[in-house]
Amino acid sequence: MSYLIRRLAFYLVAAWVAITLNFFIPRAVPGNPAEIILSKYPDLTPSAYKALSQMIGGALQKGSLWSQYLHYWDNVFHFNFGTDLNQFPTPVSQILDQAIPWTLILVGTATVIAFALGTGLGILAGWRQGGALDRSLPVLMFFQAAPYFYVALLLVDFFAIQHHWLPAAQGFNGEVTSPGWTWSFISDALEHSILPAFTIVLTSVAGWMLQMRNVMITTISEDYVIAAQAKGLSNRRVVFTYAARNALLPQLQGFGLALGFVVSGALIMEIVFSYPGIGYLLLESVTNKDFPLMQAIFLVITFAVLVANLVVDLIIVFFDPRARAREAA
Amino acid sequence: MKSGFFAGIANIWRNLPGKAKVGVWLFGFFVLAAVIGPEVAPYAPGAQTPLTQAAPSAQHWFGTTQTGQDVLSQVLTGIRLTLELALLVGVIVTVISVLVGVSSAYLGGVWDDVLSLITNVFLVIPALPLLIVLLGYLSDQGQTSTIVVLSLLGWPWGARVIRAQTLTIRGRDFIAASRETGEKTWRIIGFEVIPNEVSLIAASFVNTVLYAIGASVALAFVGLTNVTTWSLGTILYWAQNDSALQGGAWWWFVPAGLAVALIGTSLVLLNSGIDELGSPRLRATRGTARVAGHRIWPTDPTPVLAQLEAEPGRLGSFLHSFSRASVLQETSAGGNR
Repeated sequence: MSYLIRRLAFYLVAAWVAITLNFFIPRAVPGNPAEIILSKYPDLTPSAYKALSQMIGGALQKGSLWSQYLHYWDNVFHFNFGTDLNQFPTPVSQILDQAIPWTLILVGTATVIAFALGTGLGILAGWRQGGALDRSLPVLMFFQAAPYFYVALLLVDFFAIQHHWLPAAQGFNGEVTSPGWTWSFISDALEHSILPAFTIVLTSVAGWMLQMRNVMITTISEDYVIAAQAKGLSNRRVVFTYAARNALLPQLQGFGLALGFVVSGALIMEIVFSYPGIGYLLLESVTNKDFPLMQAIFLVITFAVLVANLVVDLIIVFFDPRARAREAA
Repeated sequence: MKSGFFAGIANIWRNLPGKAKVGVWLFGFFVLAAVIGPEVAPYAPGAQTPLTQAAPSAQHWFGTTQTGQDVLSQVLTGIRLTLELALLVGVIVTVISVLVGVSSAYLGGVWDDVLSLITNVFLVIPALPLLIVLLGYLSDQGQTSTIVVLSLLGWPWGARVIRAQTLTIRGRDFIAASRETGEKTWRIIGFEVIPNEVSLIAASFVNTVLYAIGASVALAFVGLTNVTTWSLGTILYWAQNDSALQGGAWWWFVPAGLAVALIGTSLVLLNSGIDELGSPRLRATRGTARVAGHRIWPTDPTPVLAQLEAEPGRLGSFLHSFSRASVLQETSAGGNR
């Protein structure tokens, strides 16, 4: 149990660092963000002024830094991220509620597909090292090295603008349908999600594949794999039940760490497609200097990544006897 | 001494895998473009000509933008700023990661615990959202703030890898020997530990440059930089801003993006080469040997000629090895012969 408790403690520390950073960044940057914002809204009502100063703090907020800090924690625990500045007086949490499902469904599904596909291809490439699949890796590396948004732009150009096969932007067509559990909306949203999802898969599959290939190559020369071959087992059994199963655990560990990069790429991808998720919202909030929304989004993304990492840790402990042994020790 | 140095370089070059050589040439090409690009550019990058949004021609090799600016000149000028930023971030980040990694492993105890915790926390917090938030507040958003912010968030990966390597080197005999002879700690670190980590430090430098190019171009693309300067990212920002895509001006955004992708590919190739230099097992084998006309993979069991005769060709035997028939064949082969 101690292993899991240590991991949990680590994620709590990480969450504390993220929240504390979020509190101090606006207070540490040169200039006064509050004044920048206030100069944008000359005719603020007193209540709006108060809400603003509470969220942004700085010179405008009353009390010592310590009491501000405690107050900030209180707000975080109540999911009270303040009031949105751009769509005043809508609470920030309400705006987040609308955006999160889009990102969660699209990025989640695409990432799982890319991971499964990349791992599968990596198993084959690692087993047949130097084979056709292995030698095609540099081509895939090109897609990985190309910026996410650039691949997205090329896909939009080809599929949407030149051939009109798929929609170029947005999460759904507002003129045809409106959000709800209707068939017309779901099919429309699906159609809009094909290109963004394809972008994520195309750009991240090479990374998973390369990592799995490298782990496979080292696993294959282990004694137990050679023993399995010496027993005369079929290649399929040796590959999948002996080598790949053991190679999968380092790959899973990598999955947790790489998640931050995947989320970052997905943010930029959303911006290209004007997809109504968290990433697009983040850019909008930055360009509008909508600081409360911007900070809330940062916290949401960070927490999502932390929770996903915790889940990966749980899966590893569940499946890997070595991790369980560490846990017992 | 000098000839020895060059002979050493030549030796490393000979041992470099082919992939890495391609990477070196490709990256060298872009460094050259960064050095002489702005001088050989046919036009000033911001100069407007009457020829607006024109397709590539002899006069404008990469075409022109909506306001008649020459795209080739913009790309040639932009490569310098992008590479400058990336290499600078690479140097700063590598210095920080060596400092943190080596001191964490060498000091041990509480220092190690604290530094490792900080490293791991910054590894798990997603970098790009934090970058965007920081640059959102830094209102000037010039090149300098991008460099500072990228450097601040880029070091944990390298620090972690270097710490692990330092820990193993610290336990070796030659370190103990130099400690016994009374060498000072800083001298051991500078002359014994770090020289043994050069390939690792090089790999982390290459990785960082890759990260800096990707992040800075992405940040510039979404407009979080000074968009009046010319870098590969700002070219793409203006192309997107002026709807180059919708207007069918593919030549406006293809060259800059391709340059980023090719620089990135060259760095990835370089890095996988360094990887293979350090761990020979990953090195691409010549692939297969041929025995009696059949392909034998390194992972295959020692070939038995009688079995080989029965098996089909290359792709067929590969697919066959995953099929149910192969299981039956192997079991029956064991029984009959």
